[in-house]
Amino acid sequence: MTRRQRNHWLDLALHGAGLGATLLGLGVLAALLFDIFSDGFGRISWDFLTSFPSRRAENAGIYAALLGTLWVITLTAMLAVPVGIGAAIYLEEYGGRGRWSRIVEINIANLAGVPSVIYGLLGLGLFVRTLALGRSVIAGAATLALLALPVVILSSREALRAVSPALREASYALGATKWQTIWHQVLPVALPGILTGMILALSRTMGETAPLITIGALTYVPFAPDGIWSPFTVLPIQVFNWVSRPQEAFLANAAAGIIVLLALLLVMNGFAAWLRDRYQH
Amino acid sequence: MTTVDSDTAIPSLAGVASLVSERGTVETPTKVDVRGLSFYYGDMRALEDVSIQIPEKQVTAFIGPSGCGKSTFLRTLNRMNDIIPGVRVTGTVLIDGKDIYGASTDPVTLRQHVGMVFQKSNPFPKSIFENVAYGLRINGLAASKTELADRVETSLRAAALWDEVKDRLSASALALSGGQQQRLCIARALAVEPEVLLMDEPASALDPIATQHIEELVFQLKTNYTIVIVTHNMQQAARVSDRTAFFWLGKLIEFDLTSRMFTAPTAKLTEDYVTGRFG
Repeated sequence: MTRRQRNHWLDLALHGAGLGATLLGLGVLAALLFDIFSDGFGRISWDFLTSFPSRRAENAGIYAALLGTLWVITLTAMLAVPVGIGAAIYLEEYGGRGRWSRIVEINIANLAGVPSVIYGLLGLGLFVRTLALGRSVIAGAATLALLALPVVILSSREALRAVSPALREASYALGATKWQTIWHQVLPVALPGILTGMILALSRTMGETAPLITIGALTYVPFAPDGIWSPFTVLPIQVFNWVSRPQEAFLANAAAGIIVLLALLLVMNGFAAWLRDRYQH
Repeated sequence: MTTVDSDTAIPSLAGVASLVSERGTVETPTKVDVRGLSFYYGDMRALEDVSIQIPEKQVTAFIGPSGCGKSTFLRTLNRMNDIIPGVRVTGTVLIDGKDIYGASTDPVTLRQHVGMVFQKSNPFPKSIFENVAYGLRINGLAASKTELADRVETSLRAAALWDEVKDRLSASALALSGGQQQRLCIARALAVEPEVLLMDEPASALDPIATQHIEELVFQLKTNYTIVIVTHNMQQAARVSDRTAFFWLGKLIEFDLTSRMFTAPTAKLTEDYVTGRFG
């Protein structure tokens, strides 16, 4: 075999291996979706969406968990986003480029990789016990906000860093202050990137179970949250609860719950894409 | 080899330059007075003991090979280098007799009076109107909406762009051609009514027609503004400027009337550079 033929075969082999890896990933995802839809799609109905949990699988619904998730994730966004963007602006625009700044950056990146159950323990100690917020929506949201914060900071920082220095110079050259430059020129340009990072962080957070179980979110909640002090449950906890029941019918409920969670994620990501497009033009 | 160059290139330049020298010989007051300025990026000295008196309402060109410090020097005149970490300036820069590096000078206020146009046109990703209005808004220079609109129009007219954009002021500035974008950047700089306008190779990315527009504009603008222009293009320096400063390795080698710089420079280095022997 000539060298040229060998390279040709090597090229084909790599192409095949790449294709195989891609198909494997897609195949697993498709199998998962198929399994969930075949188990749970029959259970999706208006009643399922608007009923509270029940001991009888056919009467049980997801209303409390769905509202719980919406409450928690909205509050998480309200806590994590302003703090995250604020921290990113400080670190990127005011923090300098010294050793201290690098240490902070590395630590934030590490925080983004800390297992979520650790955040649950922190939330239990800090919010539930020390601040005596109890097993409330606000305690859950604060815990999840801690979890989302490093990702929001990192992605916002990256979006800010990607703004061309020429744009900043143009603003400074007209007699703008640092804050005017950031507010009027840098932030609008960085916004699509910031929004994308924010939604990705919130999407990940929405699927979290461990930290909320750790802080003591309830698994059987026959009422919708009526405020930030209310006890609550969320979709993944409800799914977890149903999966651990022995009866077949509850497994179908679990699959249906997952479908609802996936649909919610899809809506959120669609919203992110829409926002991004809107601000890019 | 090189004598061929100077025989062909220099006489035509000298023709242009001699027209300028008629005006250049009139004594004008100094606008920017720089004394013993040195500039450091960390430990690296980029400018060494530069002293120069830039005359009011004239065009002063800075020429020199890449890395000679001419752009760095330009940026010390509106303290644009301040935003780069780890730089240091020694010496004094007086504008209208006031030390711009003095404790009482705020660089933000300074930059309203000393405008800047950059090498690569950098319009904001906003409408044409908003690009010009930005400086007026942040500095609170327009009391009403009509005043704002008037001043935007005046600036666009001064930058010879009004007729091309008056029907699409709300269109994105990024949709303009390269030459139009650069004139928009000039309009934007003029809107805040600076006294000095610094231009860092404003035409280096433009085609010959757009370059000609910019050069004509520079010529008109010097009636009202003190203009300092950095250029790589020696013909351009000869065409637009009254005085020329030649920088080499961070030092100001020679500064004189443009007509003299291109016909009878004192320093051997200047002569070699303007005749194309190096650079």
